Amino acid sequence: MNYEAVIGLEVHVQVKTRSKMFTRVAAGYGEPENTLTDPVVLALPGTLPVMNKEALDKVIRAGLLLGCEIAPLCKWDRKNYFYPDSPKNYQISQYDQPICRGGSVEIELPGPARNVMGEHRQVALTRIHLEEDVGKLNHGEGESLVDFNRAGTPLMEIVTEPVIRSADEAFAYLTALKTVMIYGEISDCDMEKGQLRCDANISIRPAGATALGTKVELKNLNSFSFVRDGIAHEIRRQVAVVQGGGKVAQETRDYDGQTGASQSLRSKEMAHDYRYFPDPDLMPVQVDEAWKQRIRSECPELPFDRQRRLQAELGVPYTITSVLVPDRRLCDFFEEAARLSGKPQAAGNWIANDLLRELGAAKLPLEESKVRPSHISGLVGLVDGGVILSNAAKEVFVEMFRTGEAPEAVVARMGLRAGTDQGELERWCAEAIAGDPKSAADFRGGKETAINAFKGPVMRAAKGKADPKRVDETLRRLLAG
Amino acid sequence: MKNELLHRTVSELSKLMDSGELSAVELMRAVIARTKEVDGRVRAFNSFDEEDALSQARASDQFRSKSPRGARGRPLEGIPIGLKDVIAVAGQPLTASSRMLEGFVSPYDATVTQKLKAAGAVCWGRLNLDEFAMGSSTENSAFGPTSNPWDLERVPGGSSGGSAAAVAAGEAVATLGSDTGGSIRQPAALCGVVGLKPTYGRVSRYGLIAFASSLDQIGPFARSVGDAATLLGVISGHDRRDSTSVDLEVPDYGRAVAELGKSGRKWRLGIPREYFGEGLDPEVGAAVQAAIDEYRRLGAEIREVSLPHTKYAVGAYYIIATAECSSNLARYDGVRYGHRSKDARDALDLYFKSRAEGFGAEVKRRIILGTYVLSSGYYDAYYLRAQKVRTLIRRDFLEAYKQVDAIVTPTAPTPAFRRGEKAANPLAMYLNDIYTIGVNLAGLPGISLPCGFTRSGLPIGLQVIGQPFKEAELLAVARAYEERSDWGSRRPQL
Repeated sequence: MNYEAVIGLEVHVQVKTRSKMFTRVAAGYGEPENTLTDPVVLALPGTLPVMNKEALDKVIRAGLLLGCEIAPLCKWDRKNYFYPDSPKNYQISQYDQPICRGGSVEIELPGPARNVMGEHRQVALTRIHLEEDVGKLNHGEGESLVDFNRAGTPLMEIVTEPVIRSADEAFAYLTALKTVMIYGEISDCDMEKGQLRCDANISIRPAGATALGTKVELKNLNSFSFVRDGIAHEIRRQVAVVQGGGKVAQETRDYDGQTGASQSLRSKEMAHDYRYFPDPDLMPVQVDEAWKQRIRSECPELPFDRQRRLQAELGVPYTITSVLVPDRRLCDFFEEAARLSGKPQAAGNWIANDLLRELGAAKLPLEESKVRPSHISGLVGLVDGGVILSNAAKEVFVEMFRTGEAPEAVVARMGLRAGTDQGELERWCAEAIAGDPKSAADFRGGKETAINAFKGPVMRAAKGKADPKRVDETLRRLLAG
Repeated sequence: MKNELLHRTVSELSKLMDSGELSAVELMRAVIARTKEVDGRVRAFNSFDEEDALSQARASDQFRSKSPRGARGRPLEGIPIGLKDVIAVAGQPLTASSRMLEGFVSPYDATVTQKLKAAGAVCWGRLNLDEFAMGSSTENSAFGPTSNPWDLERVPGGSSGGSAAAVAAGEAVATLGSDTGGSIRQPAALCGVVGLKPTYGRVSRYGLIAFASSLDQIGPFARSVGDAATLLGVISGHDRRDSTSVDLEVPDYGRAVAELGKSGRKWRLGIPREYFGEGLDPEVGAAVQAAIDEYRRLGAEIREVSLPHTKYAVGAYYIIATAECSSNLARYDGVRYGHRSKDARDALDLYFKSRAEGFGAEVKRRIILGTYVLSSGYYDAYYLRAQKVRTLIRRDFLEAYKQVDAIVTPTAPTPAFRRGEKAANPLAMYLNDIYTIGVNLAGLPGISLPCGFTRSGLPIGLQVIGQPFKEAELLAVARAYEERSDWGSRRPQL
């Protein structure tokens, strides 16, 4: 029998804010242990939470970008459980009234080849809610230490419907979600810093069946490829269990990306009773139309919409847009260069190929690049106007990247201007024809390739600065005459 | 003069200090001497720091000598104010009268503490209470019970028993307590002082150790309604650190009360029939009736009103309050601060042992009850239903306020009972709050003021319940009776 997988993802994304979710102390990463704390974070007796509006703004923005319905009231609940990384031993979260409901994430499945766009589809969301992150436990010899720097960082939980069918789809979903979060400046989604974390609920059923099978929750999927590998592994495991005549047990499993194996963490019977109830310390916050409108006005174009626009309106090919679009700033850079130059394709080529190559080699972020959109535009103009040749332009780019000079200045300084003196070109061509009467006769006799015999001597005479297209034209004219 | 000082009001003492007849240091010394003299018997204080109090008093005297005008803008300049040991003062112990927090020193000030300091007050001592404010007798303190200054064999009420007893015994000019189900008004009644619970949201709870967040409110104990008004003015107001504090202007309560008094307004007072039934001690009932008669003589219009859901108040309260406390007290786990069991094997064991050792019986009882009512499958039947009852109780009061300005009731069904009398019977203890709990559930302001004594010399309290955020009217109603009576001038013999 064939089986199909049914997968739902719960993704936690840290919301990028200056301060923590319920207090004014800074949110951050990489600071010395327990320095990003205050009486509220440490849950000292008598302290109270106060909501960070910036965090709510950003989650509403995420919801609007993903087409969610925004609740008219932002209500807070307590999720009660004891764990040493949780200072209050309850987490302030949203239980029955998440701030966002519904919506979807557009994903792109892998195409038939890397340079061919894959199929797009929508992954439906159940909800997005806002909560606070917990601290971090560091287990040592015979003791465990807690670092509360992360505790209280705004965290949103994005839950999909059980509509994902494969490990590849899960990977595509995370990629698309991350891009939208970065576009919306909602989170940097750096998994190494714990800014994005993923749990997967996985079940299998006979292909074509409608009822859901018993689900297993897979935890600790701490990179995109571990998510893909972990899900693939879990699907194989469940199929093997069922084919072996067994039943899949409802449980939570821990996936180890290093060994590629998973083990049971807890069974259904050990599930927590979180005793949710409305947090009496926080008043519900009304989110009215004006608030939503303000945030809607700050929403950027979605990445896939942008890609479609660049392809349809600017004629930039998929191979270029698929490189530029996922990086919002890079794509902004491109659009500026395209606008200034009026030649989107050429600008796109320079950015997707040369600029990224040089930035990578120099290990520089785009913000520190000395090449700005005006440089790209200038360079495109020089090539297009025949002032320099494309192989010379490559040199100009490298020099520009190094010094930040304008392309015209580099061309002048390095003497890279193409030989544009038509009289000189005609003389070199005439000399070449005169020097090889046999090839001239062959060409005139109809042997088209014979013309190539003259090009070497002409280029040598021009020291490489002749435009091949114009050399070809001139030779043909002289041979015909 | 020294003994006289101990029973003067804030306004009288301020006048003495303004005129230079008294310094803050002299006043503080008198209060310290009195405390040392009587607190071995009263046990109102968990701790006090003489040196710190004197240095605050010296600073106050300096401030007054440098800027005598400024002192007039600081209504508590040089006045020793005691604080219930659930209100944070930076550098001072904060124990909630629990082993769990024994030795804990707060690194920060509560908002009310900051406001007291800004008003010139001397923060004086840490006052005893029922552990984590859970109780009605101050017998649940881990550090021993407080006695009622009127009869040392009897309880001072609770949970703010230390705050009430200190004012009654002359160990502080005024104090702050907190009221979740009557914890200010009931001990005020049992100790013969004035105790005010403001409207929920009037005073910031930041820095108050939470018992039940949706019910807790800080309020003053004082020797007079006027002093209570002064303290309320100091501690009230919106606080950005407490989302449940309300952004409403704080009136000058003293002036507002005086103006309402002069206006000759005829108050319409409601007498809820449900508050005068079974369980009311006859002497208490008679004293309250006499007070109502006095109001009538004053020209007030007395109307019987009905608060039909009163009988559900105690049940709803013990569901909501315990549910909230089960979550609020989860933070006391031995991990970051407070009591940590010495022989725990792992994290779970650390929780079990630290909490088993750190909390007393009543606190455990309430945590268990609250955990139960929030459990999956029980939430709707208990917590949700209790919240609905709460709405009905609030509606009862608001309905009554369509006819009357304030409601007058006994504060507690009995005068102070003997220590140990109800300790073995939690339910009997819970019923002591039967007249005060509804006010917390409805979020209303309420005041208790002396209205007589039993034949055996125990104080009796009159409760006046006001409308949301109309503390000025509430105080004016209380003041009208106080002006015509003399109960507050009696002193316990210690």
